[in-house]
Amino acid sequence: MKTKLWITGLAMATAMSATAPVMAEGEVYIPMPVYRVGPYATGGTGYFGGIIDYYTLMNMTEGGVGGMKIIWNECETNYNDQKGVECYHRQKEFQGKQALFFDPLSVGISTSLVAQGRKDKIAIIAVNHGRTEGQRGDVFPYYFMPGINTYDEHSIITAYIGELEGGMENLAGKKIVLLFHGSTYGREAVEFTHMLCEKHNCSSEAIEVPHPGNEQTSQWLKIRRSKPDYVVLRGWGVMNPVAMQTGVRMGFPISNLIGNIWSNDDGDVKPAGSSANGYQAITTHPTGRVAKVIDEIVAKLYDQGQGDLEDKSRIGSNYWNLGVMAGVIHLEAVRVAQARFGADVNSAQVRWGFENLNLDTARLTELGANGLVPEIKTNCMDHVGGHQAKFMRWVYAETKWEVASDWIDGDVELSQAIIDAKAENAIENEGITPRDCNDPAQRDDFDV
Amino acid sequence: MGFDWVFFTELIVGGLMSGVMYSLVAIGFVLIYKSSGIFNFAQGTMLLFAALTFVKLTEGGVNFWVALPVSMGTMVVFGILVERFMMRPLANQSLLSLFMATVGLAILIEGLAQYMWDSAIHGLQLADFLDLALLDPVNMTIFVVDYIEWLDILISKFDIFATIVAGTMILILAVFFQKTRTGMSLRAVSDDHLAAMAVGIPLSRVWALVWAVTGIIALIAGLLWAERVSVSFTLVEAVLKALPVILIGGLTSIPGAIVGGLIIGVGEKLGEIYLGDLIGVQGIETWFSYFIALVFLLFRPSGLFGLKTIERV
Repeated sequence: MKTKLWITGLAMATAMSATAPVMAEGEVYIPMPVYRVGPYATGGTGYFGGIIDYYTLMNMTEGGVGGMKIIWNECETNYNDQKGVECYHRQKEFQGKQALFFDPLSVGISTSLVAQGRKDKIAIIAVNHGRTEGQRGDVFPYYFMPGINTYDEHSIITAYIGELEGGMENLAGKKIVLLFHGSTYGREAVEFTHMLCEKHNCSSEAIEVPHPGNEQTSQWLKIRRSKPDYVVLRGWGVMNPVAMQTGVRMGFPISNLIGNIWSNDDGDVKPAGSSANGYQAITTHPTGRVAKVIDEIVAKLYDQGQGDLEDKSRIGSNYWNLGVMAGVIHLEAVRVAQARFGADVNSAQVRWGFENLNLDTARLTELGANGLVPEIKTNCMDHVGGHQAKFMRWVYAETKWEVASDWIDGDVELSQAIIDAKAENAIENEGITPRDCNDPAQRDDFDV
Repeated sequence: MGFDWVFFTELIVGGLMSGVMYSLVAIGFVLIYKSSGIFNFAQGTMLLFAALTFVKLTEGGVNFWVALPVSMGTMVVFGILVERFMMRPLANQSLLSLFMATVGLAILIEGLAQYMWDSAIHGLQLADFLDLALLDPVNMTIFVVDYIEWLDILISKFDIFATIVAGTMILILAVFFQKTRTGMSLRAVSDDHLAAMAVGIPLSRVWALVWAVTGIIALIAGLLWAERVSVSFTLVEAVLKALPVILIGGLTSIPGAIVGGLIIGVGEKLGEIYLGDLIGVQGIETWFSYFIALVFLLFRPSGLFGLKTIERV
């Protein structure tokens, strides 16, 4: 009996190994940790839809990236940290190919994977968000936050308020309230908001909204008592429309409510109805069909009955455009790596690609992404690379955003000190040995 | 600087208005508990499902006055289905089993709502459908997003409207329970199932009716919540606001749900502002309402208006 079982087992194992799928030569694999269901599905379907549409377009028009067909598989994270980490472990290898990088669009998931990514030599990508000290590539070599970080975001918002007031010197004597989501993400901007106001002689107050933020009467009464000139909204999900509705109900002028990067989605303003008319928010990727690459996606995918979005009206929406922008950044990193190491790159080599991005206007124009993606230039000490953003204003009657400013630079000088302090803290508490970015061997040949 | 009485008054008014919203959810709990002794954990998801059904219908171009009865009808059918497939098979099971069944029901509805509709945030501006200018003494639409300033005290017009709706609903429920034959049947069932059955009251029909009425209340509450905070999956968390309300008011009393709601509404606002400032912590209102409820329970274990349970030993 035992012998029979053993033979059956051996036969099954042989059959399975014979049929186990192996990725073909000439293919690269990228995991897709999506969230298509749950309370944050609007963000997930938009963002990952944008990435998938860009990858599909590249497969269709350029045969993939550097001649290698792009293969991806989805894993539903539900925007849940634990499930996201499970997805990472399930997806880090697929049909014999290692993942080139991992981009979960979640502060919680990406932060949980910082150490694991380094161990597995897989870059963790957090576009426009993440652990701010992760900017220091010498300390966090496998963590990238292309676009802007929290401190860029808030210094750019302050600069825009200065612009609205007719010059930074006019900020003196003004009062700015930071209305933030009661979470690690929300609290991260508190200290820096006070620093910014100290620098520009304005006064600041930080008011917390407990998660999920669907009751804000107390907070807005506090704001009414404080009589600020501007309120900076650092929200998430339902907190955003509720802030707009409650603020307007309490008589606060909506044009003086300025949203951060996670308070700038169409899905945040539409539910607020007419209350949102004139609301302004920061963005790194203006909405609408603002670049050639978007027109191409529409013509070659959606007009042919393809495309990842079920609802075509979401083409050009905030999260979808962010996804296309992420797709452009992802594949550019792969191309940069391929230019040095050849077409069949591994994840450590793609990490080098992310560290040597140079998306200037000329390159963005070549990629058809000028107008959508900001200029991004990363290096060993700067894993963010962009540090600039624009502002949009919501036009309720036309149900669309209009661009309200040109590109504005972040106050990198002011934020560097706080980033360095946090990075030093990480070195001490997490036992990290930093690289020396001035040493070419540690900088250019790290892990490759 | 002296005490800011205007701000204090605004805080009390704002708290009372929020309390009305909590009471609307709590009433649903009380109705089910009164008639069947079940603590219906699915109340929050029913609220979401009802509001989402209405919003998706109107977004699809269905007229308000068609969408409203269709949504009500959906909730009535929902009530009948719950009675037929959940309550009846579990009729003789322990209350804990029935409670767990409502937990399962909550998760099922949440999944079903996502499957049927979607998980995006939807806005609801009732002013788009209704012209209630007559309700406004100064002939301005009641839903416009501005406010009445009287003696410098801000009172939201929408909150006044929500209070009027809640008050009307409570009056209707009071008349229904006290004056109609069906209402008296419901009270009889809540007092003693077996005695009610012995005098010929059909238990299953009464339960179906209660779930249907609760569904309609969930729709009305859902629409008012939606106008205030949009329709999103976080509406489910409205249930968490109703729990301390019913702890204070008592699970068996509709007036208790109202008073409990008002106490929690005002208490959490005062806690957030004054206690929060005192101890230097923000965002305490989520747990402070439970703290108030616990303090009440120490002195009134059955809540302010709940019936004391006396058992022979």
